Parts: sequence; C-alpha cells; structure tokens
Amino acid sequence: MTDATAPTGKPRRKAGARWRVPPLPGMILGLIAVWYLAVIPMNVQETLTAAERAGAEVSPPSAVERRDMGAWALVARNPGELGQSWSLDRPRLPSPHQVLVELYDSTIDEELNGRRGLLRSGSLSNRGLAHHALVTLNATFLGFLIGTGLGILLAIGIVHSRVMDMSVMPWAIVSQTIPIVALAPMIIVVLYSVGIQGLLPKAVISAYLSFFPVVVGMVKGLRSPDAMQMDLMRTYNAPTAAILWKLRLPASVPYLFASLKIAIAASLVGAIVGELPVQKGGLGARMLAGSYYGQTAQIWAALFVAAALAATLVWAIGAAERRTLRKMGMAA
Amino acid sequence: MTFVLFALILWAAGWALNVRLANGPARQTRAVQLAVPLIFGATALGMWELLVRGLEVSPVILPPPSMITQSFGTNLGLLWGDFTQTILKGALSGYAIGCGAAFLTALAVDRSDWLREGLLPLGNFMAALPIVGTAPILVMWFGFGWQSKAAVVVLMVFFPMLVNTVAGLSATDRMQRDLMHTYAATWPQTLMKLRLPAALPFIFNGLKITSTLALIGAIVAEFFGSPTLGLGFRISTSIGQLDLPMVWSAIVVAALSGTAFYGLVALIENRTTFWHASQRGG
Repeated sequence: MTDATAPTGKPRRKAGARWRVPPLPGMILGLIAVWYLAVIPMNVQETLTAAERAGAEVSPPSAVERRDMGAWALVARNPGELGQSWSLDRPRLPSPHQVLVELYDSTIDEELNGRRGLLRSGSLSNRGLAHHALVTLNATFLGFLIGTGLGILLAIGIVHSRVMDMSVMPWAIVSQTIPIVALAPMIIVVLYSVGIQGLLPKAVISAYLSFFPVVVGMVKGLRSPDAMQMDLMRTYNAPTAAILWKLRLPASVPYLFASLKIAIAASLVGAIVGELPVQKGGLGARMLAGSYYGQTAQIWAALFVAAALAATLVWAIGAAERRTLRKMGMAA
Repeated sequence: MTFVLFALILWAAGWALNVRLANGPARQTRAVQLAVPLIFGATALGMWELLVRGLEVSPVILPPPSMITQSFGTNLGLLWGDFTQTILKGALSGYAIGCGAAFLTALAVDRSDWLREGLLPLGNFMAALPIVGTAPILVMWFGFGWQSKAAVVVLMVFFPMLVNTVAGLSATDRMQRDLMHTYAATWPQTLMKLRLPAALPFIFNGLKITSTLALIGAIVAEFFGSPTLGLGFRISTSIGQLDLPMVWSAIVVAALSGTAFYGLVALIENRTTFWHASQRGG
C-alpha cells in the first residue's frame, strides 16, 4: 500500500492556502479573551454597588433585588455602568492584568522597594511570593528525595524477595487508589504535637505522595530486562549485585524518569496541601490567606507561581531524561 | 514490655508464615496469592495495636486500631452523611461531568486539527499542574456546598481524561481505517464500530487515574470551606478536637471508597475490554 494512492479522508492543505490562526497562540489568546469577558458577569454585583456609591443610576436600585437577579440580566439592564468591572478593588474574578500587576507587586516590586525586600534587608521579603515559593520548593525537594530514595530501595527489595513482592506489592498498588492527601492535616498536627515542625512535616507528606508511583514504576523497570538478557548474566555466573548494577538498574532508567515526573508533581501538591493547616509561609498558606481575606488576585498570583513551578520541575526532569537516555544510547 | 515482645513474636510468626507460603509449592495458586498480602496486612495491624499499647503511645498521637474500629462503629451514621456529601455528591457528580465533557471535547479535537494542535499541548501542560490550588477560588464562586467540590473535581479530571481519550482515538492503524473507508463507512460509523472500541483501553486508563483524583479534589476542596459535614470537614474539625480515632475513621472511609471506586471502574473495564491483550489472562 502506498501513501500516494491511499485515500486520506481529509483533503491536504495546499501550499499558499488561506492563512489560518496558529493553534497554540490562538488558543491562549482565546482563553484570555474569554477570561476578560467572564469578568463582566462574575463581578457585576460588586461593579454595580461601586457604581451606585459613586452616584450612578443603577437598575434595579436596591441591592437586595440585585442580589436575587441573574448576572446576565444585570449586565443587560446596566450596560453603561460596567466600566469598573476590570479594575475593582476586591473582585470575585480579577482580570488578567490585575493578576499580572499583583505578580509584579509581590515579586519584583516587593523585593526592590519593600521595607522587608531584598534591597533593604538583604533577604527575600516574607511578604513576597519568591519567599513563599522557596519555602514550598524546599519542602517539595526534600520530600521528593526522601520519597524516591525509599521508593527505589523498596522496589529493589521487592524485585529480589518473593515474600516482599507477594506481601507488599498488592498494598502498594491498592494505596494508589486511596486519596492519600486526606492524611495530610493529620500528619502535620501529629508531628507538630511530638515537637517536629517546620520543613519536615510537609516533606513527609510530599515523600508519601511521591513514594508509591516510584515503587510501582521501578518494580516494572527493574523487571524489564527480558529472559535472554537475564540468561546471559547467568551464563557469566554474575552475582545478584552485579545483575542489579549492570543490567536491572540501567534497564529501569526510562521507567524511573517516567515515575519521577509523576512524583515531582505529586510532591508539589503534597507540599502545598501540607501548608494549609499550619500558616507558616508557602504557596498553600498564601492561597488560604487570600481566600480568608478575599484577596482574589493574591490567590491567582500564587496559583500562577505554583503552575510555573510545576511546569519548570516537570520540564527539568524531562530535560534530564532526554540527556541521560541519549548518553545511554536509549533515546527513542 | 510484654506487649512489645508479643508484637515482635507476631511479626516473626507472620513473616515466617509468609516466607513458607511464598516459597512453598502452592505459591501459584490464587488462594496463596490472596492470603500472603492479607497475612501481611493483619500482622501490620496487630503490630500497630500491640506497639501502641506496649509503648503507651497517647491516643492523641496514634490511636490503636481497636479504638478506631470502635469510633467507626459508633459514628456510622455521621460517617455515612459525610460519605454521601463528599463522595456521592461532590466527587461522583464532578467526575461524571468532567469525564463526560472531556470525552465530548476529545471528539471535537478529533475532528479539528486546529483544536488538536491548540488544545493538546495545553492539556498535557494542565494535566501536570497542581489544580487543587484552584479550590479556594472555586469555593468562593460556588459556595460551601457540594457544587464547589464538584467544580474542583471537574477541573482536576478534565485534562488527564482528555489526553487519554485523544490518545485512544488515534490508536487505530491505517489499515483498519482504510478498511472502513472501503466499506464507505461514515465518520459516526467508523467511530462507533472501530475507533471507540479501539480507544476503550485508553479511556478506561483515564477513568481509573481520574477516579483517585476525583476523591482528592473533593476532600481537599473541603479544607477551604464546607457545610458541617463531609469527609474533609470531618478530618479537619476532628483534628481540632484531637479526636484522632474519628480522623482515622474518616480516612478509612476515604480509603475504602477510593478502592471501591477504582475497583468498580476496573471491573467495568474487565467486562467491556475482555478482548484486549492486557485483559486476556497472563
């Protein structure tokens, strides 16, 4: 079967055909446009209250009546009073530029001009996002290292001992179906009551979340050498340690990286959730504080920083994966 | 001290039994393969009970399993209310909406190259993000009721489900699609008879991954505000009262429902994709 004669189902786009919007930038611009539009109905109540205070005629005039009306109906009846939608002080949905301003204020501006900022005090401001991101990142890394380290050790144990395989592995698989995050507040409070606080409790949650994906992935990876390769090692009379070191571990590297990507994302979620019960800094604490005080722009800014962190971490592991696999000659 | 001694003896006995079973002649049988993890679990529970009693650990730090069982038994009604609030109302409705929307979006993505090139990188990106972080915002928008929890769940399950379904829809090879083409099959016919069945393993993979995510989303969202029931609410308030047996009971409920949920999806998968390589005994 040749491609040229095969029916393709869809007509090929001809060179020089109609110009079309590039997909990814188009999609992102579209999302931003939808966001700006959504700001109008989301904030209509607050906008009209503000307009009324400024002396404008609003229909219906009483706040109680407005509260019971649908957002779109209010928008339709007061088209002239909606100018404030995108610049409210405490909006329900902040507009994208407000989030950007908040991001700038709480990072660069805070460090350069703030009383506790980097320039004046010599250390990152504890009101700035950079400080909170670092707190979260520390817990994430520590938990990630503990979790993957223990996970790899347990996987090696499982692969080499049939008893461990049969008794522990089913539980490791079942534990993947359990919403482990539910344990987070309890771990924090219990560790706190026995005198352990600060970085470690959050790292324990991160470690716990990143542990099981690594165990399951590594067991698969350590078992991935096929019978031929194992037989070769046996004809060399290789000891178990040599088989592990020279065959099993190298063969498991692709599986390891696949689970590391899941594990680092899970670690970050664990660190953020771990920061909710104890308000001692970190992106999770920042989000909760924002939700207590109605500072929506602050929540969104923290959310964007968390998203950027997650993307960077996963990307970094992906880059390390590509480099390692290429050097090992395993790149796809 | 005698309790601690008993615990060590129990551990040795359980482990020795497992070693015998796992290396014995019957290790391939289903009964042994089920018994070994169960013995391990029971030994761990027994150790927990004996060590907590032997070392006189305060129940505020770690209650023994017997206290947890007792608390579970006396608070069944309360926990059932939490279960319906969090799992049935919050997680399940969000799961159904999110997975349904992701499936429809995947069909749209399948028909339009523009959507595919625009949405897929975005979907892969979003699938790795800590979406639980949107919980405070959604709780602010949709109130403290189960609706806000369902909204968090929708966001959490949407992208993993979308990515999996799209991957599944492209799982047929050219020969198969060409065959459908020679039959003059229309797009819906090709979809129903060839591509959806071929996509089922991927779809179920997505459904299984997201079943756990749904519970996580519903529980974490309750940490940001909830009515006076729900598993997340129960956990956070019981910790405030240092009622650790109650916390553990709520965690047991969450764990059991998570496993049951996953098991149900896996069972349906087993029944519908019996033809796939991963399901034919191995």
